[in-house]
Amino acid sequence: MAVAEAAPELLSPAEIDRAFRDPFSPSKRTKATSWIVLLAVLTAFPLVFTNPAVTSIGVFTMFFLLAVVGWNIFSGYSGYISIGHAVYYGFGQYTVALLIMHLGITSGVSELAIVPLAGLAGAAVAVPVGLLVLRVRRHTFIVLTIAVMFIFQLLAFNFPSITGGSTGLNVTPPPWSGNDYNLPFYYIALGTAAIGLLTSWAVRRSKFGLGLLAIRDDEDRAKGLGIKVTRAKLIALVLSAFFVGIAGGLYAIFIGQVFPQFAFTPFYDLYLAVFAFVGGLGTLSGPVFGALLLGPLQQYFELQFGATTLYLIIYGVLFVVILLALPRGIVPSLADRYRTFLASRWRRAEERRGVEGSGVTAGSMIASAPGAAPAERGGS
Amino acid sequence: MLVLQGIVDGILAGALYALMGSGLTLVFGVMEVINFAQGIIVVLGAYFTYTFASHLGVDPFVTLLLTIPIMFTLGYAVYMLLLRPIKRDRVIMSLLVMYATAVVIEGVLDLIFGGTLVEVTASYGTSSVHLGSLDFPNVYLLAFGLSAVLLAALYWILYHTKFGRSLRATTQNLTAAKLVGINVDHVSALTLGIGVGLGAAGGMLFGMTTPFNAASSYDLISRLLVIVILGGFGSVWGAGVAAIVMLVIEDVVAVVWSPVWGQTIFYLVLALVLMFRPQGLFGRRLARAQ
Amino acid sequence: MSLIEIQEIAKTYGGIHALDGCTLSFEEGHISGLIGPNGSGKTTLFNVVTGYEQPDSGSVRFDGDAITRLSPDKVFDRGIGRTFQLTRIFPRMNVVENLHVAAQRSGGFRSELSRWSSTSERARAKEVLDFVGLTRLASEMAGNLSYGQQKLLEFACIIIARPRVILLDEPAGGINPTLLRHLASRIRALNDEGITFVVVEHDMEFVMGLCHKVCVMHQGRTLCSGHPDEVRQDPLVLEAYLGTDMREADLTRSGAN
Repeated sequence: MAVAEAAPELLSPAEIDRAFRDPFSPSKRTKATSWIVLLAVLTAFPLVFTNPAVTSIGVFTMFFLLAVVGWNIFSGYSGYISIGHAVYYGFGQYTVALLIMHLGITSGVSELAIVPLAGLAGAAVAVPVGLLVLRVRRHTFIVLTIAVMFIFQLLAFNFPSITGGSTGLNVTPPPWSGNDYNLPFYYIALGTAAIGLLTSWAVRRSKFGLGLLAIRDDEDRAKGLGIKVTRAKLIALVLSAFFVGIAGGLYAIFIGQVFPQFAFTPFYDLYLAVFAFVGGLGTLSGPVFGALLLGPLQQYFELQFGATTLYLIIYGVLFVVILLALPRGIVPSLADRYRTFLASRWRRAEERRGVEGSGVTAGSMIASAPGAAPAERGGS
Repeated sequence: MLVLQGIVDGILAGALYALMGSGLTLVFGVMEVINFAQGIIVVLGAYFTYTFASHLGVDPFVTLLLTIPIMFTLGYAVYMLLLRPIKRDRVIMSLLVMYATAVVIEGVLDLIFGGTLVEVTASYGTSSVHLGSLDFPNVYLLAFGLSAVLLAALYWILYHTKFGRSLRATTQNLTAAKLVGINVDHVSALTLGIGVGLGAAGGMLFGMTTPFNAASSYDLISRLLVIVILGGFGSVWGAGVAAIVMLVIEDVVAVVWSPVWGQTIFYLVLALVLMFRPQGLFGRRLARAQ
Repeated sequence: MSLIEIQEIAKTYGGIHALDGCTLSFEEGHISGLIGPNGSGKTTLFNVVTGYEQPDSGSVRFDGDAITRLSPDKVFDRGIGRTFQLTRIFPRMNVVENLHVAAQRSGGFRSELSRWSSTSERARAKEVLDFVGLTRLASEMAGNLSYGQQKLLEFACIIIARPRVILLDEPAGGINPTLLRHLASRIRALNDEGITFVVVEHDMEFVMGLCHKVCVMHQGRTLCSGHPDEVRQDPLVLEAYLGTDMREADLTRSGAN
């Protein structure tokens, strides 16, 4: 078998790009355009639908969007599924509530101005929590995150002098009403979610993010190849906690109350996990789709059927159906369909043309070896 | 003396938690499913007993003759319908599916019974046996006895029946079990049936010892998970020992300090133990390779 | 001068002596073969050398420095790369991403925040992919590749990091003859550039045709070593490897399992 010499000829970046480009993936321009259109739609939404009941659904959806994008930076990329991000969410809530109370802040604008501190508080508490929980893997990790979350909930109950215990804390809401009340929260959450998404994108294309993906696939091998696994996981967790902390801070001000059982709640992470899974875990856009599709639905059911627990039943059934119907998540499933479609079209075109002029290289010879069609699906 | 009473309370309650936790750890051992619904299953079992006992006017223990078969069937069906189709990311996907199932059951229970706390009562329920200054509530003694009987039955099934052998084989190596012709789906479904049945039996006892409503499931599942981690995922005996140790610690702290700290200690012990033994007290290895 | 020197390494699991005072060395610039029956300790030796397992006693020296008990990433940093008997790639990352995981060795945290695919790194990845012949599959998910292609990818992941030594654990297992010849030619090409190889393999034709020197392991020790032709004639080897009444032809012709 003749194999071309491995002469290290210098290639231009464009040539490399052409060689590496995924022929079945949308172009960069298509992707960028889609993001801009989505951002525009989300920006315009509360200006078009001005009913405060609708915009408040929008606000909660943006809170979820922000948090799930943050959650995905850690759990999605590293594969360490956290069901304990409510720790950072609750910490964000208490931070904001306590600061507002003790600093005697009354104006709505200055209340919102301290929200970044909620993010920092979430990030700060993620360091010790991370050092504890990141010692274990897989299911033990999942359960340990739940346990840590309950520790925080119980601590919030047990220190009434600080947290108000089971009576909770009140946050004076900003003195606005109707849409004037909703819109600042909506846009701040949207803006932060956009920053979160940019962070997620930067992580995904950085060496550090590549290390996280490698950890997800085979942590021991990643370590053996020189990835600093503990550091990578901890940094991802801290980044992720920052955005979830901000979501908590905004929520506390928006609702005006903080209770231990709602700040540190097992529900929260299950929502986040389901949103991320439904959209596509560990992808950039998956969590966005998940939150935008299911967030409003969750709010709608709660408003419509919230008087009884009928909404729990509907929502639970819906979860099961979606999880079983789209086990890989919407984005990867659709992307796969699209790839298969393009690949089959491409193969048909290739057959029509005949393969004579396609430049047979070592690569193509191997690629066309039996059982090695490029679009072959279904690994292990 | 208070401490001694705390230890007695802990051991008696610990046996009950061992029973409820055994179903959880058994299910995990066989199919790597974290049954997040185990908490609500316990509550469901308690509601079954509550309903049968109040409508049929029979002793709570007699209701188990109805409850256990019903719950066993439920478990079997849940596996076949909801868990068997899962092919990828089993651990987390099954957790999410079981969570959604739990939410549905919770919604149904709340719809039927509302949020009021109820308790299963029996004529002998409020009295207790006194030994010196120590107090042994009848209900807890009966709970202890039933837990012991059911766990012994579980032991017999695991080690003296053909099904038990298949089950243990599946726990050790899923692929190999498939290769030697064990119908893994059938074994898994039966196991979930047994796990759910044990949870329901525990639920009857839980309902006799604690006022409950649908929301009690969250406290339950988090405690059961802690017990199962400490015992080492998949180890029934580990869970039993962990349950008793943890409940004794909780009850002792509760009597000498305060009940709220008793609860907190529960989770703090977990954090401390895992710092030094990430695989739990009795767990052998972190996880199967792949 | 030996590049890797293994001195009296012992490793037991329970009561089983996987390695029992194993002493051997691998020459710089050689392709060395490591053969022996199943359970003779070859893979355990690889694991000890690369830090995936800790020896009970003994020492490993690489280029004169002790590397015993270093963690896998440190060993990798020193310039020893390895592949696994059961191929370990990152199945849910694409081929190029797999390469870049292995390529990112340098530097502090600043460099980690940079893009993983800088122009020079991409050029290097392209060069390596051309070399092993996987360029056409660059954007394919690694988990979708055939088994043989995954083996090539794992190999590519190692060579992109420019190690001085590459340890290959059963590279020929389960791949078709065409791919195997291709792999052998790649190993030779890299060896010509000065990279040292150690190959554990059951395919005798592959080992005997490729290696400068072959070392035979048996029950956790080295039985003998030397030129492939010498080893092939050694009665001790035949006895250990195949039992006493087997003929030489079997050793040369067939794989040993």
